[in-house]
Amino acid sequence: MNLKQKIALAMLAVVVVASLGAGYFAQSSYSEQFRDAISVPPSAHFWLGTDELGRDRFARLLYGTRVSLLLAPAAALLATLIAAIIGGAAGYLGGRWERLLTSGVDLFLSLPWLFLLLAVRALLPLNTSPVTSVVITFMLLGCLGWAGPARMIRAGTRTLVNSDFLVQASASGISRSRLFWRHLLPNLRPILLAQFWISIPLFILSEANLGLLGLGVSEPLPSWGAMLRELENYTAVLRNPWMLAPVILLVAVVGCLQLLLGTEERLSC
Amino acid sequence: MLMRFAIVILACGLAAESSASELRFCLRTDPKTFNPLLVEDEASETIRYLTGGVLIRLNRYTQELEGELATKWKVSENGRRIDFDLRPGVRFSDGTPFTCEDVVYTMRELMDPALHTPAGDAFRSAPGPVESKCAGTSATGSLAVTVRFPGPVAALAMQFDQVAILSAHSAAKESAVLGPFAVGEYKPGAYVFLRRNPNYWKRDLNGHALPYLDSIRLEIQQNRELELLRFRRGELDIVNKLDPEMYDRLSSEMPHAVLDAGPSLDWETVFFNQVENAPLPEYKRSWFRSEDFRRAISQGIRRDDMVRIVYKGHARAAVGPVSVANHFWLNPTLQPASGSESAVLALLHHAGFKRVGSMLVDSGGNRVEFSMITNAGNKLHERMLAMIQQDLARFGIQLNVVTLDFASLIERISRTYNYEAVLMAFTNVDLDPSSQMNIWVSSAANHQWNPNQKTPATAWEAEIDKLMAEQGGSQDRAKRKIYFDQVQQIAADKVPILFLVNPNALSAVSPNVKNVTPAALRPQIYWNVEHLQVGTAPVSQARNAPAGK
Repeated sequence: MNLKQKIALAMLAVVVVASLGAGYFAQSSYSEQFRDAISVPPSAHFWLGTDELGRDRFARLLYGTRVSLLLAPAAALLATLIAAIIGGAAGYLGGRWERLLTSGVDLFLSLPWLFLLLAVRALLPLNTSPVTSVVITFMLLGCLGWAGPARMIRAGTRTLVNSDFLVQASASGISRSRLFWRHLLPNLRPILLAQFWISIPLFILSEANLGLLGLGVSEPLPSWGAMLRELENYTAVLRNPWMLAPVILLVAVVGCLQLLLGTEERLSC
Repeated sequence: MLMRFAIVILACGLAAESSASELRFCLRTDPKTFNPLLVEDEASETIRYLTGGVLIRLNRYTQELEGELATKWKVSENGRRIDFDLRPGVRFSDGTPFTCEDVVYTMRELMDPALHTPAGDAFRSAPGPVESKCAGTSATGSLAVTVRFPGPVAALAMQFDQVAILSAHSAAKESAVLGPFAVGEYKPGAYVFLRRNPNYWKRDLNGHALPYLDSIRLEIQQNRELELLRFRRGELDIVNKLDPEMYDRLSSEMPHAVLDAGPSLDWETVFFNQVENAPLPEYKRSWFRSEDFRRAISQGIRRDDMVRIVYKGHARAAVGPVSVANHFWLNPTLQPASGSESAVLALLHHAGFKRVGSMLVDSGGNRVEFSMITNAGNKLHERMLAMIQQDLARFGIQLNVVTLDFASLIERISRTYNYEAVLMAFTNVDLDPSSQMNIWVSSAANHQWNPNQKTPATAWEAEIDKLMAEQGGSQDRAKRKIYFDQVQQIAADKVPILFLVNPNALSAVSPNVKNVTPAALRPQIYWNVEHLQVGTAPVSQARNAPAGK
């Protein structure tokens, strides 16, 4: 791990700690509306000013970070697990199974998943709490985001299955399950980790996109996506540059994750 | 040499183009029809307004009816009959003369059950045929028409504002129009080009033929940000509807381009699900049916904050189903619902609710928690909901905000009734209360809180049914006002719908556009389109030619 990566890790740690300790660092609740302090600039009380409903931007940023940064890895883990099962099975079994599963993955990739998300969102019970709703949204993202990684994992598995050491292991009479658990899976680990790390920023951005459509996290719970919607009013952004804080944080977090991903890739070599 | 020639040609072309007087603005979608009788969507309605000639027009500014193709009219037989004297010497855009047969033909098409014309619904007051006939002739042809309906039609004359006259004889059919413009070209997904109707009958005070404009270009543009961007670049002359945020943004850059015509007829409302067979727990249904509960929620919402924060001052707290923009029909005794915290709590206590810690619970110990749905992507609604959420939290009420795509929202409120409360906007285009018949009459499909009732569920709904029938059946405007004032009073007392705000009619107009007189009624900016001018283009000689020649 080089210096840049150490800095990236430290930054991520600071962000995670700050978001987990949001109740301690923020001076106000993320949902309280100070209706006599609408869109005020940063001050000692409101470190990042207030939004158009008079809510403390700093508190919302911290809580929003908690939502986005904790749930995106969970969704990424789910997507990677599904991808590992389907992609791994396709690559390992080969033949008809591979063709069938690969066709299934291709079909899944061609589905308009945004509409599927909208449909599922519409089918949710109405009295779902904002927290449950956001958890479901991220889990849905995880359930829908496995197909791309599955193709990568299938290709990686196929390469491994055809590699000399596995052919030799197979020829020496090793059982299929031992071959899978002992030799194949450990060698797939770098690919799985890479897919996991890649998926995190993807899901953060997906939630932000859903937020832009008004279908992300329900009020009053904040998320990066919901906060990014404010940037549509670009003249307000020019007047109030502190509104860019969620973008800066998003870019910083995604950048840090990418730097750390570099570490994983190097470790895998 | 060839290049120089091409440049000269191009320069001539540009000069010719710049001398043409063209108004440019946007339609949100493609028009679904060019047949003025089949209009249902906003884009088609815009085309109908700009191209259709009507017998009677509602002046959007004075809110009075004015004769257009009819010089005079008389309503009789208690709203069953209307007689028109037609304007002589008028021709369709293709040169076909306008006669009473065109009116008879239009009425026949309008009431044709096979066509199902939306504009015809307003005239279907009772079963039976509508009779229209030419009544009287002169040297120039038939000049009078009588139309007789099987039952009384409320605000009969005003309904003709929506009826564009078709030609009975022209081979061009709906392309032959009597309005100031005619459809010149339509490129789906791109634009509709309207050219000036050379045979338009109207003239200005100096005898100049109208309209002043040579053409109108309606760009089809769904993205409002792009529309605003194009307006700022000078590629558009009008933005007919702005939201408060866009208005404020534009006013900081182009203060002379923005117009606030004051409160519109539109409402932002909340209503609760009171449908008998809705999939709701019984205790929630009883909350929503409690007048005290609805009144408490209504009074607990701080409308003034909503106007100030969400609408940035460009709205008015609503008093009821009639906007303050509707000068005649507003019941002036009504006031926006507002109550102190103690008054709201007293209402809730009276309805059997009590505070337990930070929660409000009903007499059965159920926590007062309900969801409110609205359409996703509507920032104004989302902010309003966030404010309502905090307003109600003061009383221990947990409000869950749910944003849904529009199709799902409509499905829930009009088919499955699987919702608890909804925040939605109502677009109101008509001044007359008869246009609200489908909301207030208990058997109507749009009686949103409990539609399609076989018999009125409550005594006050029965009373509203009776009053609406009486106002609809009377031709005496003063009497109708008394009846509808009572409807407004009942609506204020029983609170089936929580009227929140009437948003202002906000628009942007390029300083190049002259003679703009913004009105609160739609279409706010181009209601007097024949008088609008763009730039300093002189009125051409062609426009000074006498009408009909």
